[in-house]
Amino acid sequence: MEGQSVEELLAKAERDEADKLQRITVHKELELEFDLGNLLASDRNPPTGLRRGEPIPEAELRALARDNTQLLINQLWQLPTERVEEALVGGQFARLKGIRPKKKTNLVWDEVSGQWRRRWGYQRARDDTKEWLIEVPGSADPLEDQFAKRIQAKKERVAKNELNRLRNLARAHKTRLPSSAGMHPTGHQSKQELGRALQVARVSTASVGRFQERLPKEKAPRGSGKKRKFQPLFGDFAAEKKSQLEMLRLMNSKKPQLDVTRAANKQMREEDQEEAAKRRKMSQKGKRKGGRQGPGGRRKGGPPPSQGGKRKGGFGGKMNSGSPGWGGKRKGGQHQGGKKRK
Amino acid sequence: MDSLDRVVKPKTKRAKGFLEKREPKLSENIKNAMLIKGGNANSAVTQVLRRVYALKKPYGVLYKKKNITSPFEDQTSLEFFSKKSDCSLFMFGSHNKKRPNNLVIGRMYDYHVIDMIELGIEKFVSLKDIKNSKCPEGTKPILIFSGNDFDVTEDYRRLKCLLIDFFRGPTVSNIRLAGLEYVLHFTALNGKIYFRSYKLLLKKSGCRTPQIELEEMGPSLDLVLRRTHLASDDLYKSSMKMPKALKPKKKKNISHDTFGTTYGRIHMQKQDLSKLQTRKMKGLKKQPVERITEDQERKSKRIKKKLMELGKKLVSL
Repeated sequence: MEGQSVEELLAKAERDEADKLQRITVHKELELEFDLGNLLASDRNPPTGLRRGEPIPEAELRALARDNTQLLINQLWQLPTERVEEALVGGQFARLKGIRPKKKTNLVWDEVSGQWRRRWGYQRARDDTKEWLIEVPGSADPLEDQFAKRIQAKKERVAKNELNRLRNLARAHKTRLPSSAGMHPTGHQSKQELGRALQVARVSTASVGRFQERLPKEKAPRGSGKKRKFQPLFGDFAAEKKSQLEMLRLMNSKKPQLDVTRAANKQMREEDQEEAAKRRKMSQKGKRKGGRQGPGGRRKGGPPPSQGGKRKGGFGGKMNSGSPGWGGKRKGGQHQGGKKRK
Repeated sequence: MDSLDRVVKPKTKRAKGFLEKREPKLSENIKNAMLIKGGNANSAVTQVLRRVYALKKPYGVLYKKKNITSPFEDQTSLEFFSKKSDCSLFMFGSHNKKRPNNLVIGRMYDYHVIDMIELGIEKFVSLKDIKNSKCPEGTKPILIFSGNDFDVTEDYRRLKCLLIDFFRGPTVSNIRLAGLEYVLHFTALNGKIYFRSYKLLLKKSGCRTPQIELEEMGPSLDLVLRRTHLASDDLYKSSMKMPKALKPKKKKNISHDTFGTTYGRIHMQKQDLSKLQTRKMKGLKKQPVERITEDQERKSKRIKKKLMELGKKLVSL
């Protein structure tokens, strides 16, 4: 019983396959000759239905053409394929279509004002915001202000262009725009995100937040105020003498002023952050480009050259009172930090 | 003509590029076609020329003015044109009482005419009569030749070769499967050649390969073969010569048999077979248990030996 059903299934599968292929199969007595590089097919079969009579029906010719084309297409589809992104570069499209570059004049005759006006720019010939009569289109709300609508559209266009320009600039200089990434209120923002949003909101006034009052229980923001403080030129002589003697004492002492463990940990944390950021960027780029081969340099990339500079910078920053005398000790610290990492 | 034979030294980069485009290369540029109107070209012939020009768009030149020449009598003007516009294919249309609706297709080698075939247009149905359809430009057409007449006579064979050369378009290594747009169909039957062009529609079939539907597009011509001027065999052969650098390099030590298997030949130095390292048979490796028992056996053997020696000594004592 089971054997019979298996046979039936197989027969049914075969019939299904044949049905599927029926639409593309063509029966010919002699095989055609194909030249796939030239997209050419030569049919040697004598055209049977067409021999009699002078007037050849177009339908017969068309059927013959269709059959032969189907066979050629079957052959073509058997060739190995790959998916390629298509982009025409270097003016290929224009050359293909036979489009020639047209020269446009700078000035255009403006009937309305009766003078030659610019094609674009200040006091241009056809400025749609300057029209005194606008017909209300049939589909629009009759109480809508069409003039205001045009002015609003223009403002939006200008703002969009400005945004794109700044984005291009940031991309060119490889800096990051201050993004409004976490600023739109969702229901689920963390305390940090809300705090950040609050900070940004406070500073986004014309006076950059100088005259903003704090909320009742809001704490003073830390890290505001002047970034660097300089001592006055003529001041406390005693304090100055004390600080200078202290510096000399430090220079003479043998103990290193650098806390090696702290410095190494800070360095490690910095490196980890950098790598995480790079990985995030790479995965983002990979998703965006759909897994296309990114620039090879990025993929193979070892530590970017800036990292070496950063390393030096980091150490230099720590040693505010540093002097070249500590150079050797500094390097010693670095090595130790490396060992600790492993 | 004299000015064209003079060797010009380029003074600008643009001129240099221009001359470089025209000079002979290892793999030549795509052949350009020039479409010329003869002395009394009538509207049918002009329409055909314009249509063919549209098909060959970036690689063709259409001369708008009428040129009173006859290709079969005098080929110098054709050669002059081809030198000037760097075209190696041409199509010349004319009309007179003796040969109505005449079309001469030909090709050049080294700016000299080698093949020329004259065809008469018997019936011509233009684009406008069929439907207002857009002509595809710059795409590679599918060429179909039906009927066994194309192999019977030498004339027909050359005609087929010429038509392929004329209409095939640029040589590419890859094609975009969705970009196949139109089909040119030539049928040789009863001494006539039916030229039809169809637009290609790919329909869904059950499997990956689509089902083809054709829609009539473009001009349909019924052609009759008139005079021919074919190149002699040795001239033809010399024109087909491929430069040595382009010939595919034969790989040594590789052979194929009839079943498609590829065989390679390796040349080895003489080996000392006694010093070969054969495969390590894992099964023959000593298990740790075995090793222990072996050690124990060895130990017990040694102990036994010692005991025996001692025993002998004792006995001797």
